[in-house]
Amino acid sequence: MSLITTAAPSKPATPAAAARRRPAARRAGTPYAFLAPALILFAAFLAAPIVYAGYLSLRKVKVSGLGLGAKSRTEIWAGLDNYTRSLTDPDFLPSVGRVGAYGLIVVPTMLGLALLFALLLDANRTRETVGKFARISIFLPYAVPAVVASLLWGFLYLPRVSPINDTLEALGISAPNLLSNDLTLWAVANIAVWGGTGFNMIVIYTALRAVPTSLYESARIDGASEVAIAWRIKIPIVMPSLVMTFVFSLIATLQVFAEPMTLKPLANTISTTWTPLMKVYRDAFARNDLYAAAATSVIIALATFILSFGFLKLVGRRAFNQED
Amino acid sequence: MTTTLRRSPLATTLLLLGAAYCLLPVLWVLIASSKSSAELFSTFTLAPSTHLFDNFADLAGYRDGLYWRWMGNTVVYAGIGAAVSTLISAMAGYALAKFDFPGKGTVFNVILAGVLVPGVILAIPQYLLLAKLGMTNTYWAVLLPSFISPYGIYLARIFAAAAVPTEILEASRIDGAGDWRTFGTVVLPMMRTGLVTVFLFQFVAIWNNFMLPYIMLGDDRLYPITVGLNGLLNQGANQPAMYTSVVTGALVSIIPLIALFLTLQRYWQVDLAAGGVKA
Repeated sequence: MSLITTAAPSKPATPAAAARRRPAARRAGTPYAFLAPALILFAAFLAAPIVYAGYLSLRKVKVSGLGLGAKSRTEIWAGLDNYTRSLTDPDFLPSVGRVGAYGLIVVPTMLGLALLFALLLDANRTRETVGKFARISIFLPYAVPAVVASLLWGFLYLPRVSPINDTLEALGISAPNLLSNDLTLWAVANIAVWGGTGFNMIVIYTALRAVPTSLYESARIDGASEVAIAWRIKIPIVMPSLVMTFVFSLIATLQVFAEPMTLKPLANTISTTWTPLMKVYRDAFARNDLYAAAATSVIIALATFILSFGFLKLVGRRAFNQED
Repeated sequence: MTTTLRRSPLATTLLLLGAAYCLLPVLWVLIASSKSSAELFSTFTLAPSTHLFDNFADLAGYRDGLYWRWMGNTVVYAGIGAAVSTLISAMAGYALAKFDFPGKGTVFNVILAGVLVPGVILAIPQYLLLAKLGMTNTYWAVLLPSFISPYGIYLARIFAAAAVPTEILEASRIDGAGDWRTFGTVVLPMMRTGLVTVFLFQFVAIWNNFMLPYIMLGDDRLYPITVGLNGLLNQGANQPAMYTSVVTGALVSIIPLIALFLTLQRYWQVDLAAGGVKA
């Protein structure tokens, strides 16, 4: 794909033609003018907040005297105090552990299901109507906001509403409370898997459709099974898509916020610091401690970067096709 | 595919199980919306009742139609936000794909890094910076940050590179059209299919967003539907009668997006790694 387009304008044949149809001059500033709105907004709403968060994470308030009056509170440099406080906060490590476990459940399950469904759709071994119905149905949860998804599943988890409990009780089995301490993590993970599988399935399915069928027609004629074709030919070909869905899922997982925040009124097992991001919110708005909140967000962001870039490095890929 | 293959009962079963799992909560909310608040917690989960229209009326009457205001706000946030964001992405993507200028590589790499920036680090400083300008708790607080989408710019660059032939730009220029006119009359129409995808991505992202408006807004008359429903659910903890409104509200809130999905299906075939759209 070519990137560079500037060519010398062809010369008009006669001076008269030149006067009539003078090529519009190509000014050097043009690309910058097209880029300006994006760059200004990028600076204001991405770059500036990152710098500001970094700055705040290194500041603290010093209270002098009794802490009364406007001048008794001054902001000073704090060094790494806020980071030490964040990392040693008794609520922080458990919340990190929870998100870690949550990620280990969500990402492989979601991407595994997405890949399975995409391969099943691509193998074309069902009636066309079944395939179409399944594709639309599985994609549908992407249209449901995380808040609404959590609300729907939250009600379905309530023992008094849950159809699972009804069924199990009819069979005389005592049903587990899905919002109890042991199971909350799985309950939240299920919401994320439900919401994310369809989107990832479509991404992988689209990549599969782009593979020329001739690549595996001959394998099929040679008697290779569909499973072998999927495993040996299709999965390696869609690996770039799998890598990218993995990275995007990882980033989304580490930022889990809307699901537990919505389930909280239904499940008293979810504390205000259940995930690291919920702790950031509590520190900033319930405790008015912006400095600790900033330090914790910087830690989460760094962890995300290290994990996503580390992963890309591990699989030997650049984040995007920079040189297409 | 041309080859006829044996049908596989296993493939059919697995796909239908997946579909059932995905449809279950949607089916439930449809049924639960027809139940009175007493029935919600007593009758069998999937047994419908007859109170659908009472529940709609309750929801519509809640604090003088506050619910409809939330829906309206969501349409404003997602519609305007996605439209402006798409235009800005198109301009930036076009510049990056079709011009050569000093600093281009840097700009592109910075924007790519922006795709991977977790929103978490942005929300609180964005709030503080907008608070300094006195803009929190206004429509702008939710709209302005949604105007910039690094992923949208990345996609638009790919679409511009693939869909806009250089010769046509040259021809337009020789005809005397200025850069902006060329962009408006030649480039935008050629990028149309790709830009619909960019628009949809951003529209869904804003529609589904919770944390940004949750942090930015205090006045519940400015809430989008996600923050509004979250508030309703919290009230339900004290007044269980509110739960029917929460459930009915959840149902009504997902209808527009589901309709949008079903009508615009073909624009959703996005290849994340290659970024191309197979329409």
